[in-house]
Amino acid sequence: MKYVLMFVETEEFAKELEAMGALEREDAYAAVGRWFAEHATKITHHTHLAPVHTATTMRLRRGDEPVVTDGPFVEGKEVVTGFAEVEVADLDEALKMARSWPACPIVEIRPAS
Amino acid sequence: MTGANSERVSQEALARVVRDHAGRLAASLVSLLGDFSAAEDLVQDAVETALRRWPVEGVPDRPDAWLFTVARRRGLDVLRRETNYRAKLAQLQWVEPAPKDDRLQLIFTCCHPALSLEARIALTLRVVCGLSTAQIAAAFLVPETTVAQRLTRAKRKITEAGIPYRIPDGGDLSERLDGVLAVIYLLFNEGYLSSGGTRAQARDLVDDAEWLASLLAGLMPDEPEVAGLLALIRLHRARGAARFDDREQLVLLADQDRGLWDHEAIGAATALLVRAARAHRRPGPYQLQAAIAACHAEAESFESTDWPQIVVLYDMLLHLAPSPITRLHRAIALRYAVSPEAALDELKDLDRDLENYPLLHATRAELLRALGRSQEARECDERALALTANPAQQALLAERLSWN
Repeated sequence: MKYVLMFVETEEFAKELEAMGALEREDAYAAVGRWFAEHATKITHHTHLAPVHTATTMRLRRGDEPVVTDGPFVEGKEVVTGFAEVEVADLDEALKMARSWPACPIVEIRPAS
Repeated sequence: MTGANSERVSQEALARVVRDHAGRLAASLVSLLGDFSAAEDLVQDAVETALRRWPVEGVPDRPDAWLFTVARRRGLDVLRRETNYRAKLAQLQWVEPAPKDDRLQLIFTCCHPALSLEARIALTLRVVCGLSTAQIAAAFLVPETTVAQRLTRAKRKITEAGIPYRIPDGGDLSERLDGVLAVIYLLFNEGYLSSGGTRAQARDLVDDAEWLASLLAGLMPDEPEVAGLLALIRLHRARGAARFDDREQLVLLADQDRGLWDHEAIGAATALLVRAARAHRRPGPYQLQAAIAACHAEAESFESTDWPQIVVLYDMLLHLAPSPITRLHRAIALRYAVSPEAALDELKDLDRDLENYPLLHATRAELLRALGRSQEARECDERALALTANPAQQALLAERLSWN
C-alpha cells in the first residue's frame, strides 16, 4: 500500500533546532540522511518544504476573485515541513518507519493513491 | 421458574455459545476472504440469526457448523457481485476439528492503536466475543446507532488505512500487547463498576473481560502480564458476592463479609499469578495489581491485611507505571501501614491531576473523618458526590453524608 508520511514540526522543536550549534545541527541532518538511506527501497518520493513563513495561501471562492493571503492555510503551532511517499505492505510497516524518524516529533500517516 | 427467568438463563447460555464460536468463525472468514469488513458482516448476520432462532429451536449440536452454514449462505447471497469472494466461499467447508485458532490475529486487529479506544472496545466485543450491536449499546448505555456508526467507521478505517490482519512482529509485540491488555482491562473496569444494582439485566462485561483474558492467556502462554491480568480479574470476581448488600448498595472492602468470598477461586487465581511470575520473572503492572488484589483477598480480616507489603507493591507499580490514581491507592494503603496523617500528606499534590476524580475527595473525606475533622470531611464528601455518576457510589456517599 502507498502511504504518505507527513513530517510535522512543533514550535518547541523549531526552537531546539535553532539553539543547536553547527556541529550538532550537522549531526541532526546526518541522522535524517541516514533514515532516508535506510528506507530507500520503500521511499518512492520525498519533498522537503521551505519554512512556513514562505507560504502563500489562495482561497478560491465560487464566482468571486480568489483571496490570497500570506502564511499557511491553517495558522498553528504545528506545521508540515515535508512529505515522504512510501510503498509498504500495511499500516504497521508504515508505523515502523515513522517510529525511527529521527527529526521533528510528529508524523501523520495517511494512505495515498 | 418464570418465563422471563428461563428466557434470561437461556440468553446467558446463548451468549456463551455464541462467544465460543463467533470469533473463530470471524477469524477463519477474514483469512479466507482477506476482507475484514465483509467477513465481520457475515458473522454478525449469522450471530443475529442465531440469537433469534436458537431460543425457539434450541441450540444446535454443532453451533460452529450451524453459524458457518448461515454465514456462508448469506455470503453467497450478498456477495453476488463479488465473484472472487463467492468462489472462495463456495469451496469452503467447515472443518472438524476446527483449524488452528486464529483469534489472536483478530484481537490484534480489533485493538490496533490506529483505532479510537471506543472503536477498539466495540470491535473486540463484536468480532471476538460475538456481541450484537444492540448488546454492546445496552452494556454501555449508548444508542444503538452510535455503536453502529462507531463499528462502521472502524471497519472502514481497517480497510482503507491498511490495518493488517496479523500478529505484530517481535519488536512491536510487547507494546501492542499492552494495548490489547488495556482494552480488556477497561472492559473489565467498566463492567465491574457498573455491575449490580439497577443494571443487573445488562450484559455482564466482566464475564466477557475474563473470557477474553483467558482466551489470550491460552494463546500467549509466555506472556506473564496476560496471566497477571487474568489473575487480577479473577481475584476481583471472587469477591463479587460480598460487594453489594441485599439492598443492592455497594459495600466497602473493610465492611465486606469475607465468608462470602470464593476462597477456592482466590487460591486458584493466586496460584496462577505466582506460577506466571516465577516462570518468567518479568514483573509488570498487571502482575503487581494482581499481587495487591491477592494481598487483600488472602487477608482474614481487613485489620490483618498486610498493608506494608501492599505499600511496597504500589511503590513497584508506580516505578513501572507512574499514575496519580495509583498514588491515590498507595496513600490509602499508607493510612493503615503508617497513619491517616501520612496518607493525607500524600494526597496534597494530587489535586492538580485528580481534581475531578470523585475517589480523591471521598478518600480525603475518610482520612479527615479518621482524624476527627468532620466538617472538612463533609465538604469533601459533597464534592465527591457531585462528581460521580455511578448510582452505587452516589448512594454510599449520600449515606455517609446523612450520618453526620
